[in-house]
Amino acid sequence: MRRPFAIALLIAPVLAHAGPMTYMVSHGAAANPITKLGWGLLGLSIFVATFIAFAVLIGIWWKRGDGGYDNRGWPVLSHGRNGLPWLTIGVPISIVLLLLSAIWTFYVLGVAAAAPGHPKITLQVTGHQWWWEVRYSYAGAPQRTFETANEIHIPVGVPVEVHLTSADVIHSFWVPQLAGKTDTIPGQMNHAWLEADKAGVYRGQCTEFCGLQHAHMALYVVAQPQKAFDAWWVHQLQPATASPSGLAGEGETTFNARCAICHSVRGKPGSMGVLGPDLTHLMTRGTIAAGTLRNTPGNLAAWVSDAPAQKPGVDMPAENLTGPQLQALLAYLQTLK
Amino acid sequence: MAANPTFKTPVIAQPTGELRGKMEGMWSDPPGLYGWLGTTDHKKIGKRYLVTAFVFLMVGGIEALGMRLQLAQPNEHLLSPGLYNQFFSMHGFTMIFLYSLPILSGFSNYLWPLILGTRDMAFPRLNAFTYWVFVLAGIFLYIGFWGGKGTDVGWFNYVPLAERQYNPDWNVDVYSLGMIFLGVSTTAGAVNFIATMFRTRAPGMSISRVPIMIWGTLVANIGILFAVPAVSLDFLMLWLDRRFGTQFFNPATGGRPLLWQHLFWIFGHPWVYAIVLPAMSIVSQGLPVYCRRPLVAHSAVVLATILTMVLGFGVWVHHMFSTGLPVIAMGFFAAASFVIVIPSAVSVFAWVATIWTGRPVFTTAFKFFAAEIVLFVIGGVSGFMTAAVPLDWQLTDTYFVVAHIHYVLIGINVFPVVGGIYHWFPKMTGRMMSERLGWWNFWLMFIGFNLGFFPMHISGLEGMPRRIYTYPANMGWGDLNLVTTIGAFVFALGVLLFVINVIRSRFVGEKAPANPWDAPTLEWATESPPPSYNFAVIPRVATLHPLWEERLDGSRQSLLDEGAVLDDEHEIPATTALDAEPDAIMKMPHTTLAPVSLALLIAGTFVGLLMSMWWVAAACLLAMIPALLWWFWPRPEMGWAERARP
Repeated sequence: MRRPFAIALLIAPVLAHAGPMTYMVSHGAAANPITKLGWGLLGLSIFVATFIAFAVLIGIWWKRGDGGYDNRGWPVLSHGRNGLPWLTIGVPISIVLLLLSAIWTFYVLGVAAAAPGHPKITLQVTGHQWWWEVRYSYAGAPQRTFETANEIHIPVGVPVEVHLTSADVIHSFWVPQLAGKTDTIPGQMNHAWLEADKAGVYRGQCTEFCGLQHAHMALYVVAQPQKAFDAWWVHQLQPATASPSGLAGEGETTFNARCAICHSVRGKPGSMGVLGPDLTHLMTRGTIAAGTLRNTPGNLAAWVSDAPAQKPGVDMPAENLTGPQLQALLAYLQTLK
Repeated sequence: MAANPTFKTPVIAQPTGELRGKMEGMWSDPPGLYGWLGTTDHKKIGKRYLVTAFVFLMVGGIEALGMRLQLAQPNEHLLSPGLYNQFFSMHGFTMIFLYSLPILSGFSNYLWPLILGTRDMAFPRLNAFTYWVFVLAGIFLYIGFWGGKGTDVGWFNYVPLAERQYNPDWNVDVYSLGMIFLGVSTTAGAVNFIATMFRTRAPGMSISRVPIMIWGTLVANIGILFAVPAVSLDFLMLWLDRRFGTQFFNPATGGRPLLWQHLFWIFGHPWVYAIVLPAMSIVSQGLPVYCRRPLVAHSAVVLATILTMVLGFGVWVHHMFSTGLPVIAMGFFAAASFVIVIPSAVSVFAWVATIWTGRPVFTTAFKFFAAEIVLFVIGGVSGFMTAAVPLDWQLTDTYFVVAHIHYVLIGINVFPVVGGIYHWFPKMTGRMMSERLGWWNFWLMFIGFNLGFFPMHISGLEGMPRRIYTYPANMGWGDLNLVTTIGAFVFALGVLLFVINVIRSRFVGEKAPANPWDAPTLEWATESPPPSYNFAVIPRVATLHPLWEERLDGSRQSLLDEGAVLDDEHEIPATTALDAEPDAIMKMPHTTLAPVSLALLIAGTFVGLLMSMWWVAAACLLAMIPALLWWFWPRPEMGWAERARP
C-alpha cells in the first residue's frame, strides 16, 4: 500500500531529524498558530488524498455485479448503477470541510498578520544581492540606532517589529521557525514581526529568486534572554576601538585602501562605505558572506582574498593581496569585536 | 461572386466507393514540399503539434535531469550557478508554454473535427498558421541559450531582476519578445477552437450532446482569450523598459515592481486551468469508455469545468500572498481559492463514481486515467493548503510548491496526455500500441513520478527553498534530494519507454479497427486512420453517445451512414450555435502557403526587434500586407457561404 507508507514517509523525517529550516515545528508567537494550522490542513489533506486513493483502488478491484461479457471478453455496456450519490454526498461534505478550514485560516490570519501591542524594537531589514542589511531602532530613543548585517539578535518572549525593503531586486525574508515569509520589494515597505519563545539560533534564508547567488543568502536570528540581549545591543552601539598598532595597524591601512570604499567601521572616518555590510563588530557574528561560511580565521582569509571563488558572482572582488597584506588585514579584522 | 447567390439543398446519400474516391482526390494534399508546408489538414497539424510539443517535453526533461544531478547531494559542483539558473528557467517556460498547452492543442486539433462529425476546423488556414507560429516561437525562445545565455530569471520573470540593470544580456529580451510571439499562436488558436465549437458541429449535436472532451478545450480557450493579453502587455512593457528606458516597473521613478506580478498572475493562474481543464476532459472522455458506462453526472462535470475557469480569474493573488498586500484583500483571494476546490471535487467524485458503478477494463490508458484521479487529488489538496494565506507564508517558494506544481502539471497533464495517446493512437495511425510495453511504461512513470516528486513535499516542509542551485550539508535535505533524483530518472525511463512504444507501434503495431475500444463518440465512426475528408457523408447526431445508442437506448437514432454529401469542392456544413441545426454550407480553403509565409514574416519581425535591426522588422511588417491580401483574396472556389434550405 502506497498511502500509509507515504504518510509515514512524510511525518517521520519531520519529527525525527527536524533540520534548522523545518517549519513543522516553530518557536514563536508569529509562527505557532500557523504551524498548528499547517498540521491541521496537512492532516485533512492526507485524509482526503488517502480516501480518494482507496476509493479508486477499491472501485477498480471490487467487481460488482455480473452484467456479462461481450464476445471479446469486455464487460457489456450498461448505463451502470446510479453514481450520483457520490456527488450529492461528497460535494456537501467537501463544502463543510472547506468552510471549517476557511474559518480556521481567517482566524490564524488575524492573529499572525500583526504583532500584538506596539513593539518598541524595530528592525529595518534591507535585502541586497546577496546579503541582509539590518538597522536597529528603539521607539523614542534615536541614539540607540545602529546597523549590522546578516545576524539578528532578539530578546526572548518580546515581539519585534520588522520593516522590510530592498536596495535592488525582490528578496524574501524568512526565518521559518519564527515567522512566515515576507518579500522585500524595492520602493515599498513591508511589515513582519518576530518573536521567539525560547533562546536559540534560528536560521533564515532568502526565498524569492534574486539572481546568481540566491542559494547563498542566509541569515541567523539569535534569540537571547533580555539581559544578554541588552548587553549585546549596548556593545553593538559602541564604535570600533581606537586605532590599533603593529600588524593590525598596517591592516587598517590596507582596509582603508581596499575595503573601506564599500564597508564601514563606525568610529573610523576612513571607513564609511555603504555598499557592503557594516563591519564594526564583525567578529561578534557567527558567519560571514550571508551565512555561507562560518566565521573562522581560515574562512575569513579565503573570503577577503578571493570572495568570488567562494560565492561566484558576488560584488566583492578578488583582492590580490600579498601574504603579508592578508596577514595584516586579518589581524585588523580580528580587532573588530 | 455574390452576383449569383445560389441556394442548394445538399444531397443526402449513403457513401459509395465512387464518392470516397472523389473526396480523397479533393481533400488530400498534393505530394511534395508544397503539400507538406501548405497543408491545412487538421489531422496533420494536430500530429505535428503532438510531436513538436513532446520534443519540447523531452528538452525540458533533460534540463530537469541536469538540475536533479546537481541537487542530488549538498554542495555539488556539476552545474555552475549561472547554468543552473538558466536550466530551471528554461525548464519552466518549456514545460509550461511549449509543452503543456501545445500538446493539448495537438489532441484538440486532431480530434475536434472528428468528434464533432465534420471535415476540418472552422479556420483551417488559421490552424496551420498557429502551428507554424508556435514552432517558430519555440525556436525563437531557445536562441538565447544557443546564442550564449538563456533566460535565467525563472519562468515568471520577476522585475526588477529581469530589468536591464540586473540582467543586461539579451536573454530576457529573447524571453520577452518570444512570449509575445507565442501569444499570437495561442490567441489565434483560441479563436479557431471557439468558432469551431459553435459553428461546425454535425447536425443534431445540440449543446447538450457535445462530448465532454470538447468542453474542456473550449472553456480553456475562452479563458486564454482573456488571459493572454495581460501577459503579452506585461512582456511588452518589460521589453520597452529594457530597450527604450521606459519606467513601468522602476520604483525609483514611480514604477511598480508589483505591477509585473499582478499582470503576470492575472494571466498565469487562468493559464494553469487552461493546461489542465482540457487534460481533465481527456480523462472524462476516456475513463468511461473503459468503465463500460457513460460518465456519471456529465452535465455537472461540464458546469464544473466552466465554473473552474470563471473562478480561475479571481484567484491570482494567491501567488502573491507574501508581497505585503492588505490582509482583507488576501482574505478575499484565499476564499476564492477555497471555493475553486468545489468544482474540482465535482469532477473527482464523478470520476470515482464512474469507476465504482462501472466495470473497468485494465488497459494502459485506463491505468493512466485512474492514476490521474489520485495525482489530481494530491496536487489539489496541496494547492488547497497554499490557499490558506498564513500557511502559504511558510509554504510558498519552498519545495512544497515545487511538489504541488508537478503533481498538477504531470499528474493532471502528462498522465492524461500519455493515457490519451494510448487511447487515440489507433485512430491516429491505424495501429495499436503495445499493451505489454504499456504496462512497464505505466508503472515506471507512476512509481518514478511518486518517488521523485512526493519527497519534494517533505523537503519543502523541511524548509528547502526553491530555485537554489545548491544547499549546505547540515540542512537535512540531502537524503530527500537523492531519492528525488533517483525517482526523476525512473520517471524519465518511463517516458523513454513511452517514446519507444510509440515509434515501435507506429511501424509494427497490430492493425487497428475503426473502433478498437468500443468508444461512443464520432471519431470512432470513421476508419483508423481517418481519410483526409474524415467523413464521406456528414453524420447526424441524436444523443451524447452515437455509437452506444443501440445497446444503451435500444435503438440507433443517430444517422452515421447516410447524410449530406457536400462534395462540391471543399464543403462542410455550418450549424447553429445551440441546436446545431444546419444553417449554411461553408466552402473551405485548401493547401496554401499563406499561413507559413505569414508566420515566417512574424518571426522575421521579432528577430528584427530583438537585434534592433529596425529595417528588418519594418520590412517584414510591410511584407505582411501582401501576404494577408494573398490570404484573404476572394477565391471562386471558396465562393460565399451558401445558405442551405432547411
